[in-house]
Amino acid sequence: MITPTPTVYSVNELNAYVKRILDNDENLKHIFVTGEISNYKAHYSGHLYMTIKDESASVKAVMFAGNASRLRFRPENGMKVLIFGTVSLFPRDGSYQLYISDMQPDGMGALSVAFEQLKKKLAAEGLFSDSYKKPIPKFPTRIGVITSETGAAVQDIFNVLSRRFPSAEVVLRPSQVQGDGAAQDIAKAIYLFNEYNAADVLIVGRGGGSIEDLWAFNEEIVARAVFASEIPVISAVGHETDYTICDFVADLRAPTPSAAAELAVPDRLELKSELLSYKQHILNLTKNKLDKERSKLLAIEKSGALRDPVTKLNENRRELLYLSERITNLTVSAVDGNKMKYAALAGKLDALSPLGVISRGYALAERHGKVVTKVKDISVNDEISVRLSDGTLKAKVIGIEED
Amino acid sequence: MEQNYEKSLKRLEEIVALLEEGGQPLEKTLELFSEGTALISACGKYLDDAEQKITKLLDNGEKDAQ
Repeated sequence: MITPTPTVYSVNELNAYVKRILDNDENLKHIFVTGEISNYKAHYSGHLYMTIKDESASVKAVMFAGNASRLRFRPENGMKVLIFGTVSLFPRDGSYQLYISDMQPDGMGALSVAFEQLKKKLAAEGLFSDSYKKPIPKFPTRIGVITSETGAAVQDIFNVLSRRFPSAEVVLRPSQVQGDGAAQDIAKAIYLFNEYNAADVLIVGRGGGSIEDLWAFNEEIVARAVFASEIPVISAVGHETDYTICDFVADLRAPTPSAAAELAVPDRLELKSELLSYKQHILNLTKNKLDKERSKLLAIEKSGALRDPVTKLNENRRELLYLSERITNLTVSAVDGNKMKYAALAGKLDALSPLGVISRGYALAERHGKVVTKVKDISVNDEISVRLSDGTLKAKVIGIEED
Repeated sequence: MEQNYEKSLKRLEEIVALLEEGGQPLEKTLELFSEGTALISACGKYLDDAEQKITKLLDNGEKDAQ
C-alpha cells in the first residue's frame, strides 16, 4: 500500500487552484445576486468598489470602469440592487468576490432611479427654479425647432405654425432624438441656435415613445444646454403623461409637440379679430369725438354764442350805419357851417370891395387901367373909364374942379 | 413691419388710450384716427400676406432654404 505523498501547496497555488474551480463553475460565470450596497467607493480610475450584503452575510464586489460607465444611475450605500456578474477569487487577498458586469436598482428600473437622482441633483442646484424661467415672446419672428427631421413631430409642429402664424420664419435644426449620441446632438443644436442667435424661441422635443426612446431628454447634458440657453425653450417630449428632465428645466413645458407650436406663436385669426376690434374702437372713439364737437357747436348756436358773430356783425353794421349817418350829418353840418362862415366872410369882403362900394352908388375912375384918385392926375380932354355897378362909361374930361 | 408688430400694437394701444381720454383737439383726434387705421391695415397685411418660410440651420450658422 502506497501512501501517497501529500501535495503541499503554496498560498499562491492554493488561491490559483480555488480560483480555477470557481472560474470553471458554469453557475458562477453568469450569476444574478440581490443585495444592499455598503462601503461604496468610486475610485478615480472609474472602478467601483463595494460590499454587497443582506441581513446575515456580505460579499465584496467590484465593477470595473468600462462597465461602470454604462450605468445610468449612481449607486449609493443602502441601495438595494440586482447584480449580474461573475464570481471569482482575488488571489492577493484570497477572498472571492463578485465582478459586476451590470447592476440595476432592485424594484425600480435603473432609468427611473437615474431620473429621480438627476432631478434631485438639478433641483438642488436651482435649475428648475421659476426665477430662471424666461418669458416666451408674444410675437416671435423666428421659431427654432430641434427635433428629428423624419419624425411625425416635425410635421405636427410645421402644420400648427403655418396655420396659426405664417408670418414667422421656421428654422429647423434636425437632430437625432434617440439612441447613442442623441443627447449630445440635442445639446449641440441648442448651443448652435444660441451661438448664431438664430431664433426668438426654441421648440425642443420629439413624439411619443418608451422611456428608453425618450431618454436623451433626461440626460444631464441636455438639461444643462436648455438651462444655459439665452433663447427661451419650450420642451415638448412625448405625450401629455411623459415628464422628462428637459421639461423641468425648460422655460415652458408643452404636453405634445403640436401644443408646443401653439404655445410658441399667437393665432393669426385671433390677432385679426383683435385688429378688427381695435379698428371699431378707434372708429367709435373718433365718431364720439366728432359727435361731441358737433353737439357742442349746436349748443353754442342755440345759446346764442354761435349766433354772436352774426349778431355782432349786425350790431356792427347798425353801428356803422349810425356812424356813417352821423358822419354824413356832421359833414353836412360842417359844410353848412362853412357855408355860413363863408357867407359872413364874403360879406366882409364885399364891404371892403370897391365893387361893393360901387354897388352902393359910387363910381370908380380909371385911366390906362389905373385907378384915378386925384383930380390933379387928370387933364382936360383926357379919356377915362368910369366904372359903375353895371358897366363902364368911356368919358372925356371936359373940365376940372378942384375941391 | 415684421419686427414691429409688437411695437405697432403698443402704439395702437396708446392711440386708443389718447382717444378714450378724449382731451385732444379735434384736429389731433383726426390725426390719431388716421395713424391708427394705417397701423391696423399694415398689421393686417403682415398677417395676411405671409407664406411661412422654412429654413434649416447648419452647423456653421448659415441657413438653407427648405
